[in-house]
Amino acid sequence: MAAPVKLTIDGKAVEAAPGTLVIDAAKLVGINIPSFCYYEGLTLQAACRMCLVEVEKAPKLLAACTLPVAEGMVVRTETPVVAEARKYTLEFLLTNHPLDCPVCDKGGECELQDMVFRYGAGESRYSENKLHVDEKQWSPVVFYDGPRCILCFRCVRICSEGMGVGALGIVNRGAVSEIAPNHGDHLECDECGMCIDICPVGALTSGTYRYKTRPWEMDHVGTICTHCSNGCKTTLGVRNGQIIRGNNRDRSGINGEFLCIKGRYGFDFTDHPERLQSPLMRVNGKLEAASWSVALAAVAKKFSEVRARHGSFGVIGSTHTTNEENYYLQKFARSVLGTNHIDHHRSGDVVTLLDALSGTAGSLSTTADLYERKAVLVVGADLSSQQPFLAFQIRANYRHHQARVYVVTENEVREDGIAAATVRVDKGGELAGVHSLAEKLKTESELVIVFGDSIKGEAVRELVAFGNSLGIPVKYVALVDYSNSRGALDMGLVPELLPGYQPSNQPGMTVGEMLESESLEVLWVVGANPLESAAMKAKDAFVVVQEMFLTETAQRADIVLPAASAYEKTGTVTNVTGEVQRLKTGPSTMGAKPDLEIIGLIARDMGLAAAVGPWIADKVFEEIRATVKGYSVPMAIISAGGAAHTMPVNGRIPVESRPDLIHSSRDNLFTSGTLGRYSKMLGSVMEGRQA
Amino acid sequence: MLYNEPSPHEVKVLTRRFGLADSASIKTYLKTDGYVAFEKALKMKPEEIIEEVKVSNLRGRGGAGFPTGLKWSFVPKTSPKPKYIVVNADESEPGTCKDRLLIENDPHQLIEGMLIAALSVDAHAGYIYIRGEYRYLIDIMDKAIAEAYEHGYLGRNLLGSAFHFDAFTHTGAGAYECGEESALLESLEGKRGVPRIRPPFPAVVGAFQSPTILNNVETFCAAPAILRDGGAAFAALGVPKAGGTKLTCLSGHLNKPGVYELPLGFPVKKMIEEVGGGIRNGKKLKAFVPGGSSCPVLTAAECEGLTMDYDALAKVKSMLGSGGVVVMDEDTCIVKVALRVMRFYAHESCGWCIPCREGTAWLRKLLQRFHDGHGQRSDIVLIGDLAKNMLGRTFCPLGDAAAMPTISFVEKFRDEFEAHLDGRPCPYEPANRLAAHLVAQ
Repeated sequence: MAAPVKLTIDGKAVEAAPGTLVIDAAKLVGINIPSFCYYEGLTLQAACRMCLVEVEKAPKLLAACTLPVAEGMVVRTETPVVAEARKYTLEFLLTNHPLDCPVCDKGGECELQDMVFRYGAGESRYSENKLHVDEKQWSPVVFYDGPRCILCFRCVRICSEGMGVGALGIVNRGAVSEIAPNHGDHLECDECGMCIDICPVGALTSGTYRYKTRPWEMDHVGTICTHCSNGCKTTLGVRNGQIIRGNNRDRSGINGEFLCIKGRYGFDFTDHPERLQSPLMRVNGKLEAASWSVALAAVAKKFSEVRARHGSFGVIGSTHTTNEENYYLQKFARSVLGTNHIDHHRSGDVVTLLDALSGTAGSLSTTADLYERKAVLVVGADLSSQQPFLAFQIRANYRHHQARVYVVTENEVREDGIAAATVRVDKGGELAGVHSLAEKLKTESELVIVFGDSIKGEAVRELVAFGNSLGIPVKYVALVDYSNSRGALDMGLVPELLPGYQPSNQPGMTVGEMLESESLEVLWVVGANPLESAAMKAKDAFVVVQEMFLTETAQRADIVLPAASAYEKTGTVTNVTGEVQRLKTGPSTMGAKPDLEIIGLIARDMGLAAAVGPWIADKVFEEIRATVKGYSVPMAIISAGGAAHTMPVNGRIPVESRPDLIHSSRDNLFTSGTLGRYSKMLGSVMEGRQA
Repeated sequence: MLYNEPSPHEVKVLTRRFGLADSASIKTYLKTDGYVAFEKALKMKPEEIIEEVKVSNLRGRGGAGFPTGLKWSFVPKTSPKPKYIVVNADESEPGTCKDRLLIENDPHQLIEGMLIAALSVDAHAGYIYIRGEYRYLIDIMDKAIAEAYEHGYLGRNLLGSAFHFDAFTHTGAGAYECGEESALLESLEGKRGVPRIRPPFPAVVGAFQSPTILNNVETFCAAPAILRDGGAAFAALGVPKAGGTKLTCLSGHLNKPGVYELPLGFPVKKMIEEVGGGIRNGKKLKAFVPGGSSCPVLTAAECEGLTMDYDALAKVKSMLGSGGVVVMDEDTCIVKVALRVMRFYAHESCGWCIPCREGTAWLRKLLQRFHDGHGQRSDIVLIGDLAKNMLGRTFCPLGDAAAMPTISFVEKFRDEFEAHLDGRPCPYEPANRLAAHLVAQ
């Protein structure tokens, strides 16, 4: 690395790497040079002129955002001349700004307000007419109020550079310039809302949040998105027990401020009118409301009765419930109910991957690796549609580090645009496609391979063998669908495996086999909807369902217990790359209980609480850390809201991974299984697309 | 055709073919020493060509006046990238109308200039960026390019050498901003015409991320004469530090407005009186803009003893600019001039940076109100203050171009602003004068 450049900023000595911009160098010594258009990670604009600074020997003020550090440079960032220039720039900005701050969504967290406050430009000499254009709606998500716009072009850049979409551009010239969609009057984009959150003022507002609240009326709860498997942090704005907003402007998660439409706006299923708020019991063939104590007692009675005569229980777990709930559920099933018929919907062959990587270290990629490693190979997955954060990481890696991206897929994907090489294959031809890239990949110094559900079973072993043959360090990601799909496997929600990928060595039915079985006496479904697409053979089986909505499965239930969503409870979830993060309780829904509590209460009513232990998430997680292989993660990281990578199992897993059961749901950006059906925002975007 | 009768004071170097029959054709061009300089340059080393241009003291004719030879020498010799020649024919500075005559009357001179520049940096492609409103020039230029291909002055193996060069026309879409070199390059590449962050300058990173020589039409057109007659001969026509002639566009209240090729250092008074035929109707000179609307205005007193060259005009804190001279007589309302100038810049501001975008729009509204007689005393200070807040703080020189004349109008003609105060509408409007007369009776 080249020797650092020495310079002085506001009298403080600074050492910065050559090429560092003065605006960034100043941060090293705690000096914040204001800016609107400069945005870390995006291309430079030098358009807003807020970062003008005095540089010794320069004839005029210079923009710190485009000025590289130079040896011996003397910079002053807050002289009277600089402060005056900023004050007048703000005065210019406010000439056509509507000053409707009292009703603006951004009021209270507006960068323009803060800047005016800082430089005291509260008084204006402007006495001409203001420009006005009417507000426009570009999509169910995105609204644009032109007069509020200060034209910093952050939205245009985050859309084209960050998202690889490029849906936004600039029309007109001069003071009447406006941001506009590149497709006439509407957006054709991911509806991710990045443009809205990056807007320093209230020019871009969202369909879910606009004119709903003042920012300071909300509590801000940083939790993990409950939709796909990427594990993005979403900060929920909660007011009076209701989620009003989702974003991650404090960049506190692995995703920085990235969120897709689901992470930002897909929370609205929580207060959907059809949300279950009371237990339901089947009376004379119809589901009727019942109290918790009656419903729980009925479940406990039935469970005790079937257990006493060693009847057959089937348990289907969830890909959205927490590690604690999954662990507790399988413990209850295996040790209390005495059944090994426990399963969930599997979407990726993590088991074979872990087995194939047995004996290696550092072969499992994190989401950070996708941003840092020099090359990435994407096999059989449309990342930008199904794994949006992983796609974002790869794009950012390409932009910031010139990473080489290789793509082997059946159809065109967004990653083609940044790919060093693309191979189009027929369905099932992915491995052959990967082999055709061997020579190119051997020239790389390191690689991350991301693969979808078309690579499973033996194909995973072949892929790992291919990786080993390259002679370079290779890391892997086996893609899975949902927020805790990975955790469900880790916690042993499959008949063949106990928590930590220990073989169970006991026979057990899979989801399909349970539905096919005619002798099943009790089917207990916790947060899943297997009957959406399949029928159940055991006509007389007693069905208990823990659910948020009256799904197809819940409609078949004898007892339905209303469950809390991931946003309404604590616990941990494990994302697609095996990073464990903690949920925090945002709002609460009257009548619903977390699944962990429901299971615990059933155990209590059966008089067997001691056998499963307390239904307190922290206590269960302690047990998981102590007993589940890979989960002895540092508590400090988890408690602080960070992501802790699980240790690799690093040992053979002598079970059949059942590739025949592995199928991704192929959710796209605007669908999310059951949850997506109950999200108004996701629904309205889908309707707009079909119309 | 010619737009004005030539003046005996002219030194015709670049305009020597103006007025000849069929002057735009390659036939006429070849008959009058056409492509002789290119032939000569083909036998020279690149650094010899650049040296000749340096000796000529040629300075950029687009407005900034940067030494051309020096600019060409900045193109990195060892860059593995292709190099480009780009001609700025986006002539948009109010008061300027010379480039269009050069293209209309002598397009081959421009092609030859491009070829010489290309030889000096080993470029093999060139673009002529013609402003959108000059639609008819594209046809003339395209015809000349076709002729040059036919006669072996464009294409491969030019004049039997290994050198090859292709030239293309490209049309702008009506934005003044695209006359700024980096915005021009963005537009040439098919993007929105907004300026780029500089450095890097076009010589290093220009068209298509490659080293580029980018000059004004008139600058390129000077190259054949420099190579043909020698840099020293060209330099001798002008003043020390600025060689050659300048096409000067005389407009305003003159008896004989027009484009005249005058040696650098020509006296201003003589230019107005003798070349321009004096001020119409025997009126007195009030104000003088030496080089396009972006130059600070000069008073009649400041014109005394002044000559038309870069350094002399810099001494009086104005600029030679593009050579767009505007002469204003005693009946001119300076507030209205300031308004007219600001209307132009507010209309043409690209909107990229805040001070220019908002400042020009504010000043336009303010000056309109002021001129209409609704101004307040504090507005006079405000006009100057706003312009000063734009000066040197905008992203590109357009902000300065709007600010500089405005500051000069307020400073030099404050009394005219005062005359618009207290509800009095413009004293120069004929209708208002009649009203004042009637009130006085």
